[in-house]
Amino acid sequence: MSNTPATADSRSPGTEDTAVAVLQPETAAKAFVGRSPGELAWIRLKRDRTAFGSFITVVLFIVVALASPLISKLYGVTPTAGNAGLLNSEGLPIGYLGGISADHWLGLEAGSGRDLFMQLIFGLRTSLIIAFSAAIISISTGVVIGIISGYFGGWVDQALTWFTDFALAFPFLVFALAIIPIINTASYDVGEEVPGSFRIGVIIGVFALFGWMTTARLVRGQILSLREREYVEAARAAGASSAHILFKQLLPNIWAPILVAFSLALPGFIAAEAALSFLNIGVVEPTPDLGRLVYYGRQWLGTPDWAYFLIPASAVFIVVLAFNLLGDSLRDALDPKSSK
Amino acid sequence: MTDLADSAASTATTTTPGREPLLKVEGLTKHFPVRSGLWGKGSVVRAVENVNFEVKPGETLGLVGESGCGKTTTGRMLVRLLEPTSGKITFEGEDITHTKGNRLRKLRQDIQIIFQDPYASLNPRHTVGRIVAMPLQVNGIDPPGGVKKRVQELLETVGLNPEHYNRYPHEFSGGQRQRIGIARALALKPKLIVADEPVSALDVSIQAQVVNLLRQLQRDLGLSFVFIAHDLAVVRHFCERIAVMYLGRMVEVGTREQIYENPAHPYTRALLSAVPDVTKLGGHGRIKLEGDVPSPIDPPSGCVFHTRCWKAQEKCSAEAPALVPVQNGSIAACHFPESGEVV
Repeated sequence: MSNTPATADSRSPGTEDTAVAVLQPETAAKAFVGRSPGELAWIRLKRDRTAFGSFITVVLFIVVALASPLISKLYGVTPTAGNAGLLNSEGLPIGYLGGISADHWLGLEAGSGRDLFMQLIFGLRTSLIIAFSAAIISISTGVVIGIISGYFGGWVDQALTWFTDFALAFPFLVFALAIIPIINTASYDVGEEVPGSFRIGVIIGVFALFGWMTTARLVRGQILSLREREYVEAARAAGASSAHILFKQLLPNIWAPILVAFSLALPGFIAAEAALSFLNIGVVEPTPDLGRLVYYGRQWLGTPDWAYFLIPASAVFIVVLAFNLLGDSLRDALDPKSSK
Repeated sequence: MTDLADSAASTATTTTPGREPLLKVEGLTKHFPVRSGLWGKGSVVRAVENVNFEVKPGETLGLVGESGCGKTTTGRMLVRLLEPTSGKITFEGEDITHTKGNRLRKLRQDIQIIFQDPYASLNPRHTVGRIVAMPLQVNGIDPPGGVKKRVQELLETVGLNPEHYNRYPHEFSGGQRQRIGIARALALKPKLIVADEPVSALDVSIQAQVVNLLRQLQRDLGLSFVFIAHDLAVVRHFCERIAVMYLGRMVEVGTREQIYENPAHPYTRALLSAVPDVTKLGGHGRIKLEGDVPSPIDPPSGCVFHTRCWKAQEKCSAEAPALVPVQNGSIAACHFPESGEVV
């Protein structure tokens, strides 16, 4: 199925031959290739420098996060190992810029003396795992709900739209603040350790619970406008089933907005996750986390050297910015008419 | 007068005897419910009201009228994209008004539709080959020589280069796109094609090409057409019989000669006088209709045209005229039909 925007197989082997057969051999080969809208979007994306820069950054972050255990091995430092010997009596790292040295590239965390670089890349891994899982779950939920409500209409649509509005009206942060600790304590007995994986699962669940509404609305709107298009009517007049109309006629036309929604949901979840951890209701020790790094660093802001605050804070900033820019570029490339 | 009315009620259309009608439409009505808000008061848009006509094999029937007069709605009901509120559609002697399931799928192969907007009627994500092959695929038809060969034949039939099989719709002009739409409609070898304003979105120079293509197809393949249009010049070129609609109702049905040379209904006359004619410059004989088409939610009483008719009298607002044979040989719904020639 050539649903994906940039499929290579959409050109049959016959095209090149026929193209060469036409009068001007050199230009013809170029001009006569049929390009799908997906291929055109890819060409536009390749020309966009912001997209290129943010894409490289995003890929770099993802690779580093995925390879963090390997990097830790090569680097020779574990994320949790304290280096009490390198801290002064107040708990601040000895040396400039938070104790940056050949052994500790981004210095040490004040108070605990843990290696900041290791904390950072393992924290990044936590953030990205949560953000990607939450985005995949919430976007797919939104797509399914949006399609059902837009395509079938009637009372189904009314009920789902009402439910979407209801979920949108919930204040996310207040709800998260209230529910996450309750779920965590209710699921485990007093005194029992709540495992980190369970906490991560709860955060993903809460994000997914609150992340699907905008996608559902977007997809519903798209389906509503597309299902009245004449090519859908043509399919219906030819006797096509609902499945054919949904999957072959409609879905290929809403991949672009879904992809954009996904790429813009990611930085949102990264930032939200960091915020929750900053408020100490997200991931707790010993799971490394970006938001908590910022929170710890904040406590030492009064001291003259606060690199250990600046470094994790800029890391969060750069990740979120890169994902956002990439999402924007993707939108521009996929829908040139919507740009600015 | 009464015997005329009786004979009109029995046939309701001008019939040339001998040929069984391919399509017969009786009392076709479509009402769209409109509701404001969840508990708002419901009202009804009377889009199509009691429409009767027939199409014989190989015949082209033109359906003309202003925007919003129910032409398109009628067309959509014929291809069963819309469910009629009441009335009866008979195709090859079979009542198809509420056919469902497999029988409907079979039926759809016989009645196809060509759309108005060549930019909205082709899926932008599909290649031309996929678009034209779609009707074959959804019906599980495997033509001799394969789908690709059949599609290329179809492209050739409509005057496109079969090598363009792998191109996307955005790489074609409006006229070429409309040809692709025609190829798709032909894929299932239909007997009847409903053409919903197939050329009104095209340049005038391209219109002629597409209309000529349709004519040629009609001759070569023996197709019947219901040709929906508001352009009377195109209809005159293409259609043997013409039905004029106003506000969801049939106001006059007749042959091309009857309608164009001797229209009986004042509305038909007004429509004809509005056709720009470069040979007779100037507003000489032009009938200018005042105001807009009334709302189909609340249509005027009596004859729906009386609010804009220059001949309207008291009777017109009180009593709805029936479709009856008139002097020129066509049938018209008017209390005071015209008798003179078009100026």
